Amino acid sequence: MSQDGQIRIILAKLGLDGHDRGIKVVARILRDAGMEVIYLGLRQTTDSIIAAAEQEDADAIGLSMHNASHMTLAPAMVKAVAEAELDTPVIVGGIIPDEDLQPLRDAGVAVVLGPGASAEEVAQAVRDAVASV
Amino acid sequence: MARATRPIPELYEAARAGERRALGRLLTKVERGGAEADQISELAHPDAGNAHIVGITGAPGAGKSTLVSRLVTDLVAAGRRPAVLAVDPSSPLTGGAILGDRIRIDEGNDPGEGRRSFIRSMATRGHSGGLALAVPLAVRLFDAVGYDPVIIETVGVGQVEVDVVGAADTAVVVMTPGMGDAVQANKAGLLEVADLFVVNKADRPGADDVRRDLSLMLDLSHMTGQESDTGYRPPIVMASALNGDGHGDVWTAVDAHLAHLDDTDTRSARRRHRIRTEVRARLLQAMSDAADHEMSSPSGTEWLSKAERAEIAPTHATDQLLEQLLQPTEETS
Repeated sequence: MSQDGQIRIILAKLGLDGHDRGIKVVARILRDAGMEVIYLGLRQTTDSIIAAAEQEDADAIGLSMHNASHMTLAPAMVKAVAEAELDTPVIVGGIIPDEDLQPLRDAGVAVVLGPGASAEEVAQAVRDAVASV
Repeated sequence: MARATRPIPELYEAARAGERRALGRLLTKVERGGAEADQISELAHPDAGNAHIVGITGAPGAGKSTLVSRLVTDLVAAGRRPAVLAVDPSSPLTGGAILGDRIRIDEGNDPGEGRRSFIRSMATRGHSGGLALAVPLAVRLFDAVGYDPVIIETVGVGQVEVDVVGAADTAVVVMTPGMGDAVQANKAGLLEVADLFVVNKADRPGADDVRRDLSLMLDLSHMTGQESDTGYRPPIVMASALNGDGHGDVWTAVDAHLAHLDDTDTRSARRRHRIRTEVRARLLQAMSDAADHEMSSPSGTEWLSKAERAEIAPTHATDQLLEQLLQPTEETS
């Protein structure tokens, strides 16, 4: 994280998933929590997110997942981050069944946020994930 | 990890060798300002001075990012290495920002091919003058590590933004039909700094009216003697960036302007102006910091509270503080 405390986070929808209402709400929540949100929007690939993370020197990558592909795509993102020799934490938000939580964490996802998370919980989870790097 | 520990000269060499992660890291330090940013400036200075610096500005929603996206694609295809600094406003309340320019700039630019380009989003961050300090330095860094051209994209509001774009080699102002922009641009002082106008969304009704208004105003500049003494008249290019029309003409006009600067030997004048603008911004920032420091000093607080209690006039308090400020021997350590 930058020393001045300004967190820069990338928000993206990975793959074919058009449900972007949630990610827009999260972008606003994080902005209002004082963060700089680099909003990539829909239909991103692990390559395009890595390219953005490098250029933007992002402190975290937030993925919004609503199409049940999280067990494939979230670990693929974590792997891509490691292959690019970045230490950027990957945070997942969306409709994630309880039984998938532990496998995602085991795969290296820093935080998983569900629909019940409050604005403050979302912002704090990002701060914690960034601070733990 | 490696990320946090590498010293600045090492990061700089890595960035020069094409490591994008190192450049990204350096840009963060540039944005943060302070001693590290100054060190980067010193390192980059000898290697900079080659890039064509292009400022692109216009109202929110004018299609700047979409246009920049097209230009970046063209430039990469032509074998150039464009860098883009996309400036978006921070919230004055929370300091946060949503930086959304990449959505459009990345679109159609495959990250594989896009390896030749580099796009960085920058928030204006509330602190006064921060942008005026960070932008020239980021541009110098891009230039020094081999990017050319360097495109600064910014919403054309606020004096700092106008200054930043006006200090480019080539200033492009993007207009659209239906917003009364011709008059708005005059108000904002944008018209004076423009070297090139783009009427974007030219497929929409009213685009020709915008062109006519602009043309008329350029005629007036000629009448009032404001037109540059080199006889250069800013061209007006019609484009529809979303449909992919006219962006080729935009860059042709940008190149033509650079050629004009070179032909008339005025590029160095631009550079001098840019350096003056930057030095002045840095001086003002230093003075602003000194003023804040003075106001929070023990005697400063005292004069301030006297003024707050209406015992003395604000002008009197200012005079007292200014006197202290200009005497570096007294309690300014």
